[in-house]
Amino acid sequence: MRGVNPLLPRNYSMQQHSDLLRFTTAGSVDDGKSTLIGRLLYDSKAIHQDQYEAMERSSKRRGEEVVNLALLTDGLKAEREQGITIDVAYRYFSTPKRKFIIADTPGHIQYTRNMVTGASTANAALILIDARKGMLEQTRRHAIIASLLQIPHLLICINKMDLVDYSKEAYEKLCDEFGAFAAKLDVKDVAYIPISALHGDNIVHRSENMSWYEGPTLLYYLENVHIASDYNFIDCRFPVQLVIRPNTDDFHDYRGYAGRVAGGVFKKGDKVMLLPSGFTSVIKAIDTYEGEVEEAFPPMSVTLRLENELDLSRGDMIVRENNMPRVTQDLDLMICWFDSRPLRVRGKYVIQHTSRTARCLIKEVRYKMDVNTLHRNLEDKEIGMNDVARISLRTTSPLFVDPYSRNRTTGSVILIDEASNQTVAAGMVL
Amino acid sequence: MINYRLDHLKELESESIFVIREVAAQFENPVLMFSGGKDSILMLYLARKAFYPARLPFPLLHVDTGHNFPETLAFRDKLVREWNLSLIIASVQEAIDRGLVVEEKGLYASRNSLQTAVLLEAIERHGFDAALGGGRRDEEKARAKERFFSHRDEFGQWDPKNQRPELWNLFNGRKHIGEHFRVFPISNWTELDVWQYLHREKVPLPSLYFAHERACIERDGVLLADSAFLSKKEGEKAEIRKVRFRTIGDMTCTGAVLSEADTLEKIVEEVATTRLTERGARADDKRSETSMEDRKKEGYF
Repeated sequence: MRGVNPLLPRNYSMQQHSDLLRFTTAGSVDDGKSTLIGRLLYDSKAIHQDQYEAMERSSKRRGEEVVNLALLTDGLKAEREQGITIDVAYRYFSTPKRKFIIADTPGHIQYTRNMVTGASTANAALILIDARKGMLEQTRRHAIIASLLQIPHLLICINKMDLVDYSKEAYEKLCDEFGAFAAKLDVKDVAYIPISALHGDNIVHRSENMSWYEGPTLLYYLENVHIASDYNFIDCRFPVQLVIRPNTDDFHDYRGYAGRVAGGVFKKGDKVMLLPSGFTSVIKAIDTYEGEVEEAFPPMSVTLRLENELDLSRGDMIVRENNMPRVTQDLDLMICWFDSRPLRVRGKYVIQHTSRTARCLIKEVRYKMDVNTLHRNLEDKEIGMNDVARISLRTTSPLFVDPYSRNRTTGSVILIDEASNQTVAAGMVL
Repeated sequence: MINYRLDHLKELESESIFVIREVAAQFENPVLMFSGGKDSILMLYLARKAFYPARLPFPLLHVDTGHNFPETLAFRDKLVREWNLSLIIASVQEAIDRGLVVEEKGLYASRNSLQTAVLLEAIERHGFDAALGGGRRDEEKARAKERFFSHRDEFGQWDPKNQRPELWNLFNGRKHIGEHFRVFPISNWTELDVWQYLHREKVPLPSLYFAHERACIERDGVLLADSAFLSKKEGEKAEIRKVRFRTIGDMTCTGAVLSEADTLEKIVEEVATTRLTERGARADDKRSETSMEDRKKEGYF
């Protein structure tokens, strides 16, 4: 059977205007997260026939009457056995307007680190609330993590509306409840949608059971939420990733600085400053494989050439003279700890920031944050796996940082254990 | 105000180039695993862009099962010549001859699983510390859990339950001696993204991807190309069909699909409207529900 996907126009191949939205979902099995994702993929025709048949077989084997859409998000053997999500799984679907990447993460407290991982690159976070149960500890935790990771858009889906008779009052009560809680968080944009993932109400199609609701469907929201300003286009930041030196006859004296623009708009002819040297130069050209371009902005990968030959290598940064990042060896960070071995105060770790690597010494744990209540614990400073804490550390060489709230790329670091090589923490610059 | 926005293909391209450059910067001796299929061609094409105008700073590694389509090999050699690349071939046939691996027997015999040992041996022999692969997360459920930088222990094994967290664009490529990384720069591309991009960029591809007439044998719902490598059941007869291949692997396990799509434009349209996943035609994935996960744990691509 080959049907035509009604969501795709005939000339889909010619279609060039779609952009990319990354969003994260968090939740446990019973709040309907997997069903919601399954429904979104199914109704937007992203599920293929052979995948559907595999779900049908599994559902039958498990004695379930209807095809269990949640099975679609099953991943590893261990996860299927236990019926839980352990690790982040990435899912894809697209409509003519946008391509979507879902970072599907577990919701339990012992997997906070996976939630943080999924949230780190997301433009939007989708948070599910069971209409019968209201806000649970998990709901609050997801929202707190979303705000900690500065996900620009929060979408609250009040799910299982079918089980509360599609009641407007129940929906509004939960919106108010979440609104009061969100006021304490650092979130810019919150939206609410009443849905039933199981029956498909307000997912792709408008619900006939909730005529009182006048807002967008979930898919409409995802297709239209404004993400053009999620990058920082003001502060010019270009971490040098690699020096390109062809040494061929055609490009004998070529020396280019390859990297991905982390902030601002770089233009040919711009006067720039190099860090850490402090020398200034002028952008001679912005090269790509297709040829020179006039300007480069995030998240473009380009190669910059400068007017004069200077000492510049991986880990250095090209910025504007009148708009500098903070150059510092002392950092205050919010971190999420990932490792089973607890954080060692006075311990030494490797720190990675953009393309720069240094070593660091953890000076102090200021407080541990309760990710369920936002409470700052100044007494218990033992930082173990999944804990969120504010710390200060000192690095062996200066880093060029911005506050995470201003730039997610130049405001983020990871810490690595020198002995095990494991990534032990994710940090956000305050 | 000017709209500073990349379309989704440009954003994916930029992300992949960033990852490929990161490999060149963080590792001493990387290699690009090349199969001659569209995903590795895309990866190679992106790698050329990443280092332009310099040459590719690493060689290609092809694990040649000996059961490849002749068109794949001809295309590979032409590309290596024209783009002035350096190619290393690790031969499964040679590994069978000297007893490293044992050929499977019977009707469903495939050299697919033999590739793992040959690949790991090549990585060890050449001392590669990172191997770039064209795996995509949308292909298969075990692949959906993959990192961009995927750590392998000294036996080349993947431990899916204990993967390093990967945040923002900070990739931790640190490792102990003897360990290596698999890196998947096109993780976030879907099959449709790949075809849209190959179409837009007019990337040259093996003829197998375009609809053509071919003698095929239908087995368990999969159309297999008739060849000397395929053992036939009694009564199985080849018939001429108009087909194309959505993925390219061994002749013994890669299924063809009936198709009239003989241009990139028609392929994009076909992929956009098809109701079957591309791996639906791969006999190697049909062995069990977790065959990809099992193979990946052992060190498969």
